Amino acid sequence: MSVLIDKFDVFAGGFWLTLQICILAAIGALILGAVVAVLRISPVPPLRALGTAYVTVFRNMPLTVVMFFAAFGLPALGSNADFLRIPGLDAVFSRLGTDLPYFRFALIALSLYTAAFVCEALRSGVNAVPAGQAEAARSLGLTFGQNLRYVVLPQSWKASIVPLGSVIIAMIKNSALVGFFGVIGDLSQTADQLTSAGGYAFIPVAIGISVGYLIMTVPLGALLDRIEKRQAVAR
Amino acid sequence: MSQQTSVLYDVPGPRQRRITLISSLIATVVVLVGAYFLIYRPLADKGQFSMELWGPLIDPSNENFSQVWERFGVGLRHTLTAAALAILSSLIIGTLLAVLRIQLKSLTRRRFTGLATPLAYLLRGLSVLLSVVTRICVEVFRGLPVVLTIFFVARGFPEFGVSFDNLWYLVIGLTVYNSVVIAEILRSGMEGLPGGQAEAAAAIGLSPAQTTRMILLPQAFRIMLPALISQLVVVLKDTSLGFIISYEETLNIGKQIIGVLGNPIQVYAVIAVLFIAANYSLSKLAQFVQHRLARGRKTAGTPAQQAPATALISQAEGAGGN
Repeated sequence: MSVLIDKFDVFAGGFWLTLQICILAAIGALILGAVVAVLRISPVPPLRALGTAYVTVFRNMPLTVVMFFAAFGLPALGSNADFLRIPGLDAVFSRLGTDLPYFRFALIALSLYTAAFVCEALRSGVNAVPAGQAEAARSLGLTFGQNLRYVVLPQSWKASIVPLGSVIIAMIKNSALVGFFGVIGDLSQTADQLTSAGGYAFIPVAIGISVGYLIMTVPLGALLDRIEKRQAVAR
Repeated sequence: MSQQTSVLYDVPGPRQRRITLISSLIATVVVLVGAYFLIYRPLADKGQFSMELWGPLIDPSNENFSQVWERFGVGLRHTLTAAALAILSSLIIGTLLAVLRIQLKSLTRRRFTGLATPLAYLLRGLSVLLSVVTRICVEVFRGLPVVLTIFFVARGFPEFGVSFDNLWYLVIGLTVYNSVVIAEILRSGMEGLPGGQAEAAAAIGLSPAQTTRMILLPQAFRIMLPALISQLVVVLKDTSLGFIISYEETLNIGKQIIGVLGNPIQVYAVIAVLFIAANYSLSKLAQFVQHRLARGRKTAGTPAQQAPATALISQAEGAGGN
């Protein structure tokens, strides 16, 4: 058990790195997912097809394969994902600016994969808005963009928040995979590092790592349960 | 669904359709030119489109073709074996866990009036304790990444001197996570049923166990079938995590092929297509089942239950999905 105290800074560092990945990937996935969701409900058929294709591909592909694509495909395209070295941001999220590109690759893969689920969560929210609302907006002469902005999206937000939260929880769990793709020092890689190279007993390390993930996922899940119950009452 | 989305905008008129057509043609050209310079050129410069790299995968006359696909066949078989075993065991354990939690919930409300007071308190304490323990188990295993459960199983069992084949580590790791998720799906299905069902069962004298087995569980399975099938997609995707414990599933075979032929992008493209095909057909099956159930429910005159949100959530949790 002493490993939990001796190596507390390693666990804390791993937790922080995993948290960084999750925050950045969540931002990326939310933005990209919103764009794809708008594509999927847009009045232009080719854009709809594009959105649907995106969701179909990324929802049915294991994240592992997406990660491999990012790790092998991007270098083949001659890119080290340097566009993610955003000047202000890499002061806080130091890994963004490192020369080893794996953190950025993992980030891209995780965002691309999660965006498909974010899109579906947002769309389910839009579908939950009563049809009369959008029809009324249309009969007032609002265009598609105005319709979304002033009528549908403000209401759909409520219905999407729970599915979105579940997607984010799933993403936090999925982020454990990046440790197996060359990102050094996140929680899951720490487990491997401490047990095989560090020679520490397995059980305490496993407990430490599990606690690290549970700190992120369980409170979020409990919060979602609360919101869901409240909404059920409100309805 | 098309009805649902078209609520948002008017049906495009001739002018709108013309604009759409012209602008999408222009956009296609722009995208194609962009793709040529940004994707095709760099890849072609590195020889990624040469038959040397693609040949073993798509050209039957290539000397390695039959061998490569034989290996892929082995990998697919292993993937499907692991997925089938994991699905079966998580369905069984998940059902048992769901029933157990429902039973414990009704037990904690029971007062054991016929018994001596200390014994009654003991039994009540015991059932409360058990339900707390199962609750904690569910929360913990649901909150852990499935990669880590697999990793912990593969590392942890040898610590205790128990060792299996890699297949079983993968199956156990997947089962631990997915059985908990399935248990929660079934439990929410049972709790979502109209209260009259359980009350009617009690009124005709069924015991709580009989009520669960004969009344609640079958209906929960029916309502939650779409969510369950999406969870199966998740399991199928998650078997690809077997590569971290070097179980020989499709992805790992792919890595071996890459080690020999040195064509990572091509092999991963083929694997992606294989997975997308398998999972897409499973998702379509889920949609079909959902449609059938929706139709059946309408004729039965019961209010439609909302399954899609749950289905979506459970699929998002796919790690391997993850």
